[in-house]
Amino acid sequence: MLSRTALSLYWLGRYVERADFIARLVEATVRLDVLSPRPAGEVAWVSALAVTETEKAFAKTGAPIAHEPVARFLTLDATHPGSIVRSLDMARDNARAVRTALTREAWTGINQAWLLFQNRATTGNAATTLNLIESVKSATRGFEGAIHRMLRNQTTWFIRLGQAIERADNTARLLDVKYHILLPEGEQVGGVVDRDQWTTILQTVSAVTAYRWFYSEGLLPANVIDLLIARSELPRSLAASVEEAVDILNLLAKRTGLHGEADRMARNRHARMVKTQSRQIIAGGLHQYLQDFLAENDELHFAISRQFKLG
Amino acid sequence: MRLTIDHRTVYRFSEPQARLTQLLRLSPEDTYDQSVTGWSLHVDCDARMREGRDGFGNKVTMLYVEGPITGIEIAVSGEVLTNPSHGVVNGAAEPLPPPLFLRATPLTERDDAIAAFANDAVAGENDPVARMHALNGAVRKQFTLDEGRPVSGRTAAEAFGLKTATSRDLAHILATAARSLNVPARYVSGYSTVDADDAPAPHGWVEVHIDGLGWVAFDPWTGICADEAYARIAVALDAAGAAPVAGSRLGEGDEEMDVDVHVEGGEGQ
Amino acid sequence: MGGVSGSMALAQAFDEIMGQPGSSVPRAPLSPLGNWIDGTPDAELRRRQEAAEATFRQLGITFAVYGDSDASERIIPFDIVPRIFLNSEWNRLSEGLIQRVQAINAFLDDIYGARRILDEGILPPDLIFGNPQFRPEIAGMRPPHGIWAHICGIDLVRTGPDEFFVLEDNARTPSGVSYMLENREAMLRLCPELFREFRVAAVDSYPDRLLETMKSVAPGNVAAPVCVVLTPGHYNSAYYEHSFLADSMGIELVEAADLVVDDDVVWMRTIAGRVKVDVIYRRIDDDYLDPLVFRPDSMLGVPGLIAAYAAGNVALINAPGNGIADDKAIYSYMPEIVKFYSGSEPKLPNVETWRCREPQALKYVLDNLEKVVVKLVDGSGGYGMLVGPTASKAEVETFRAALIAEPHRYIAQPTLALSTVPTLADSGLAPRHVDFRPFVLTGSRGVQVVPGGLTRVALKEGSLVVNSSQGGGTKDSFVLMDDGAPPPAPPAQTQMQSQGIG
Repeated sequence: MLSRTALSLYWLGRYVERADFIARLVEATVRLDVLSPRPAGEVAWVSALAVTETEKAFAKTGAPIAHEPVARFLTLDATHPGSIVRSLDMARDNARAVRTALTREAWTGINQAWLLFQNRATTGNAATTLNLIESVKSATRGFEGAIHRMLRNQTTWFIRLGQAIERADNTARLLDVKYHILLPEGEQVGGVVDRDQWTTILQTVSAVTAYRWFYSEGLLPANVIDLLIARSELPRSLAASVEEAVDILNLLAKRTGLHGEADRMARNRHARMVKTQSRQIIAGGLHQYLQDFLAENDELHFAISRQFKLG
Repeated sequence: MRLTIDHRTVYRFSEPQARLTQLLRLSPEDTYDQSVTGWSLHVDCDARMREGRDGFGNKVTMLYVEGPITGIEIAVSGEVLTNPSHGVVNGAAEPLPPPLFLRATPLTERDDAIAAFANDAVAGENDPVARMHALNGAVRKQFTLDEGRPVSGRTAAEAFGLKTATSRDLAHILATAARSLNVPARYVSGYSTVDADDAPAPHGWVEVHIDGLGWVAFDPWTGICADEAYARIAVALDAAGAAPVAGSRLGEGDEEMDVDVHVEGGEGQ
Repeated sequence: MGGVSGSMALAQAFDEIMGQPGSSVPRAPLSPLGNWIDGTPDAELRRRQEAAEATFRQLGITFAVYGDSDASERIIPFDIVPRIFLNSEWNRLSEGLIQRVQAINAFLDDIYGARRILDEGILPPDLIFGNPQFRPEIAGMRPPHGIWAHICGIDLVRTGPDEFFVLEDNARTPSGVSYMLENREAMLRLCPELFREFRVAAVDSYPDRLLETMKSVAPGNVAAPVCVVLTPGHYNSAYYEHSFLADSMGIELVEAADLVVDDDVVWMRTIAGRVKVDVIYRRIDDDYLDPLVFRPDSMLGVPGLIAAYAAGNVALINAPGNGIADDKAIYSYMPEIVKFYSGSEPKLPNVETWRCREPQALKYVLDNLEKVVVKLVDGSGGYGMLVGPTASKAEVETFRAALIAEPHRYIAQPTLALSTVPTLADSGLAPRHVDFRPFVLTGSRGVQVVPGGLTRVALKEGSLVVNSSQGGGTKDSFVLMDDGAPPPAPPAQTQMQSQGIG
């Protein structure tokens, strides 16, 4: 496989995942906003901007922090890399560059998602925003399905590898930002917190039902952290993303004969993850843990680049 | 004449380059009046080199360097023996016929001012050789010589509007002027003792095609024919086509180039 | 793609289905098509046409119109009524095409080599040496197996049952073959009944034939030559076609950055390291192929590619320098060129052409500007062209001035009564002018014409401009495998079995 093809597939995976994540984030924030009395609603949008690292870019627009402008900014504003439309643009660009490697179904999935955003200037009220978000999610689900129906070969593995790396990044940042906002300095993990706020996190990673499955004692921050970090049964948890990266790198190694630093780094990370308990993480400082995790995730990204000569 | 030539080209890059691919026209070849008695091409790093020919029949060396690389020095040196021939070139590889050399190029675009100048310069002359001498002399008289480094991308028309000119500018102007008179003309890149020591580029002059005589070399730098004090390396429609080094690099950053040419003339044979 | 010629009124044109002007019944062998048209309501035809176009849009079979900012995602309109060639018509046409393409190859080999044709005085030398399409940069280099124009698209017009004329040769990177294949796919899906009425030669072997052609011209004795398609990238207007071809041949679609030349050998960068490349079907113009030899500012090209080509280590399809063979200034000499290399009269004539560089021709053209079509020698895509009979007075005068100023840049042709094919217009079926681009492949084992091609149709009533950039559409082009009455349709079962075994 051409190095450039592999690179485009990998980024295709990352951008589709990113678009999907931002869609979920906006969706959950809309809900939170609707449920909260002011100014809690505003806090919700501030944190959405923080998770996507777009606070500064948004401030430049001069718009007030409220549902309509921020939702529009995160969905339709193509001028910054933290929006759905920009992620889909990039995903489609990468997909176009590797048209020959994709099935028509997979390409059509991306193209349809992209078409949703053409010539659309406003998200409208909460209901229309949610409708738009629903169509994005359904299109990315369609793409996901198409990927699973494609041949099990390098093509799908590079896409899924990109998704796994991006997912790990997204979940870690979501947790880091929300945790900061929800648990100001000095407060105890496990204290009384706003139920709606924590539900937002679970909604963003589609884990509301899963949470009930795993934990019987009601909504506790420590459990949410446990679920999102250590439970590999949850597809969007750090543990699951870390495990998936190892699995896909294994498959690639078997097919291409290319073993290397990326495999070692991913296996190493996985081994540590299995041993770590969320209680220890909280005790040792969640923020530092997540920052280290994000840095290591970036390093793995570069190791993958080098191992498969993607540069 | 015995010409001893030493030509160094140094490139420095502000960022390490992943690859370097260069096409070199740095090797003189034998003609009836030019014998290459010793020649070497050396680079200061690991490189693969392949010899070939371009469409104009010039000998080229392809240079392939694997990075990371932050600079390269290409050095050629050697000795060429020349005979006086009144500028007439015999025995060179001639894969393309003279009419091709009536063509304009982006660097030698047809220009009304140059055409008018050419017409004035040859007015009253009927003999084709005399006409070219008149034209060459007129170009020489028009400009003050500039021994500095040639300006890349400067066209004949642009150069014609200035007061000073490098040997490359003069050659472009002469070629453009000759073509406007329907005389095939080509750019020659090579070495000559007429340049100052430490010249910042190889020398450029012109060969025009005259029926019955063939290609005759004129140097507007001196205003006379290019004779035994010259060693020709490459010909083309303009300086870009005969460039000593055409390069492409894979990597970020800027480059700096430094060229150093020494030509010494001595007693031949 | 540049295609046009002039016309008389539509009523005087030969219709490829209905026959001679004024006929109200189809030509006898094509009566099943007449029945099909009569038996299928316009609304149903329109529904199928829209279904086909919806598919094209979804697949992203798009093109860009230069200078049109929002056109990067437009599709070329598709017309549901096919054009049909009888087997005997096709055979005669093929012979002419093969002769012409052989001559084009012989001409290129000669003009960049011994230049016998100039020595013999067949062509004026300044026509070659003064022509920017003659590339001195590659003079003396010879492609592997001596083949230059591996893929030719020859643009034809027709004025009667056996009156075909070459309008233009395309020996550089002719495009449009994806339309031939996708149009057929659409017809098979939407109008399967037509393929029971007619035995239509298959076009879907094109990718196999192309790959075979590519492999046959690989340099040296490589057992399994590595072939690739080189695209300028996915922003190019023909990117769909590039990816479609690579995909259907099962070879890599590469961009310049995927290739590297080392030691005069071309390699592609893969995740497992470098792989040597033997044959490149490049869809990049000569100017951008290699920044060391052609335009130094090219970002699309591969440094060192021409050195690898000169060393005989890679085959470029088509060869660089081919523009001299399909140049409009050369076109008018094609009959002489064909005669010179084949030793016989051309089987396919040119459209009569006045070379405005010749004073007498110029005078004629200036005296008859309202009747003729004037073209820029170096223009393409229907730009820089005057169609006398439909032009305004002002346009005619603009061209008159341009012709007087630079006559050597123009040629002129008479207005022909271009053939028509029934086409679904807003008001129902109506005759519309068409042209035709068949594709001719040349490998080391000979020349072949793919039985089909790209029919372009001028959708505006009376219009002669078929270019996609100027409101033209496309049709499927059937080549019948026999001239007689259609055979009884074989039971579907048998067909499937024979395919399964074959």
